[in-house]
Amino acid sequence: MNEFLTNMAGVIAAATPVVVAVIGETFSERSGVINLSANGLIVLAAMTGFAAAYLTGIVWVGLLAGFLTGAIAGLLISFSSISLKQSQVAVGFILSLLFRDLAYFLGTPFMVIPGPTVSGWAIPLLKDIPILGPLLFDQNVLVYFSYILIIASYYWIFHTRQGLVLRGVGEQPISAYSRGIDVNRQRYIYTALGSGLIGLAGPMYSLSIKAGWNGTMTGLDGIGWIVLSITIFGGWNPLRGSFGGYLFVFLQWLGLALQSYWTNVPSQVLQVAPFPLMILTLLFVNIGDTEWVTRMLATLPRGVRGAFYKLFRFLRKPPPASLGVPFERE
Amino acid sequence: MSKNRAFINFLFRISGVIAALLFTALVLLIAKANPWEAFSNIFLGAVSTPIKIADSFVAWVPLILATCGLVITFTTGLWNIGIEGQISLGAIMTTWALRLLQDSGLPPVVIILAGFLAGIAGGIVWALLAGMLKFYGGVSEIFAGLGLNFIATALTLWLIFGPWKRAGVASMSGTEPFDMSIWLPTLTGYRLSIWSLILAVVSVLIVYFILKHTVVGLRLKAVGKNYKAAIQMGISPSKYMLLSFVLCGVFAGLTGAVQVLGVYHRLIPSISSGYGFLGLLVAMLVDYQIVWAVPMALLFAALNIGGIQLPIMMKIDSTLSGVMQSSLVLFFMLMDGVRKKILKKEEEQSNE
Repeated sequence: MNEFLTNMAGVIAAATPVVVAVIGETFSERSGVINLSANGLIVLAAMTGFAAAYLTGIVWVGLLAGFLTGAIAGLLISFSSISLKQSQVAVGFILSLLFRDLAYFLGTPFMVIPGPTVSGWAIPLLKDIPILGPLLFDQNVLVYFSYILIIASYYWIFHTRQGLVLRGVGEQPISAYSRGIDVNRQRYIYTALGSGLIGLAGPMYSLSIKAGWNGTMTGLDGIGWIVLSITIFGGWNPLRGSFGGYLFVFLQWLGLALQSYWTNVPSQVLQVAPFPLMILTLLFVNIGDTEWVTRMLATLPRGVRGAFYKLFRFLRKPPPASLGVPFERE
Repeated sequence: MSKNRAFINFLFRISGVIAALLFTALVLLIAKANPWEAFSNIFLGAVSTPIKIADSFVAWVPLILATCGLVITFTTGLWNIGIEGQISLGAIMTTWALRLLQDSGLPPVVIILAGFLAGIAGGIVWALLAGMLKFYGGVSEIFAGLGLNFIATALTLWLIFGPWKRAGVASMSGTEPFDMSIWLPTLTGYRLSIWSLILAVVSVLIVYFILKHTVVGLRLKAVGKNYKAAIQMGISPSKYMLLSFVLCGVFAGLTGAVQVLGVYHRLIPSISSGYGFLGLLVAMLVDYQIVWAVPMALLFAALNIGGIQLPIMMKIDSTLSGVMQSSLVLFFMLMDGVRKKILKKEEEQSNE
């Protein structure tokens, strides 16, 4: 039981950068801008964050560098898509490759050297709560920050006026505009902040969970794509998105734990096991919307149909209506 | 006026190239390396000897094959990020066919052809899977493709470390190399095969022909340009988008087959060599025009080959080639955006 608790505390810690990045992507996409560069961005921010922390010897500078790397990337994406009207998907994809190669190229001097790490800090009193204490409150500051971020971002999006504006900008930019809101300014701000959070995930790895910079062996290539999928799975809701992040890392851990039972399955296979699951979840989330399912449901008796509709409505959360669409004043 | 405009367009393209070179130079300066030395090393690394030029063409073949497929999916308005996995599946199926037939006593030509056909089948299956997930599952082709890429990688690794492992010890170096008799024959002294060159050129011609001179090509374009209008014209978009995936799968499968038959002669973990993603960059750079993809893919292939010299000559990482390639496409797009913005402003002024 104790060992399991320790493992689960490890899962929560390991999921922290994923959760923070998913929330960042959620903010950006809620405003209508998709940051498809997340995969390269996390790798690059892990490198810049580690380099900054190594050169100054101060962990916080590294975290700040990761955030700034992301924020600059966000500004670049907003500029190219909002101001220059280029495809967000195209620019995001190009940037994801560019950032990754930049990280590997510029990171060479920082390869395999020990650097500063974020140290653990158990919260007094809270850490003594049975079960929850060792699980949630014997972690480091980054993990505590993520708890606050999850709750604060949920509250911000769904229970504040600014959150209402944010959702309006992503759903109905024209009516937001007619109410006197500067749509593009909102998009610039949220994309920069959201991408900053995605960037922050980088040093969360290189200064804590996977401490150090090991070039292509750092093992961060792929995480950004997962983050993008979990954002969809999460229905652009920080609570559901965070749950997706924890679930994903838990499944990864489960894969590794099962390895001792399935010795004939190579470890590389179990490490990618979450990807088929990712496709399956996206399938469940989206299938209710397809033509053939709609047609098939129409033939079912009313009671059964109602149950299916309820299930699909629960699974399916439609994306912000103006996601990826540039805003034009008529 | 139109001559003037063509000149302005040209100026913007050139400024995109210059911006990309300046950016790469800046990156090199940050890494405390001499930009001029790096550029000349890449250039010499790609063209200084006939062998190096031939090597650039060895890299050009899979890159242009992948781009051939991607031009079709882009024409239909699809983002086939899953191309990497489709290439891998092609390579896996080719390897499977070769393993099955290598001791059968059949003539090498038959075995090689079977390898190509199996590769095509593998590419089609993986592409169709992404297409079906999109049309029957509502999963965006971008995410379906990404997931399938990772699964294809896992499948490759499992085969290399499991059922197809080398006698003795399994390793990242791949499966047991095939007998030389079933390699694509190369020019003596070079790694380049005339057959793979022919395959690439024929593929380019076929794609050009399909898109420019057939009804199918016209309909693929109609679906990509205007989804709703296509439905009104009686074209079923999902049918043509699935077809577009299948066609792309054919070329992706061929890419994988060439990697096995003509380059590595075995299955290795990173068998796609990133040519799928690179092909996406090439296709975007040439605005999905297959004719222009031919020289651009050659330039990108030469950058890859030239980049190999960097760690040897200057002790800097060869990923610089990737930085050059992606920054070139990025600045092209940014400059294109600037150009459109300026032209629009001009039009508005002349209308007033």
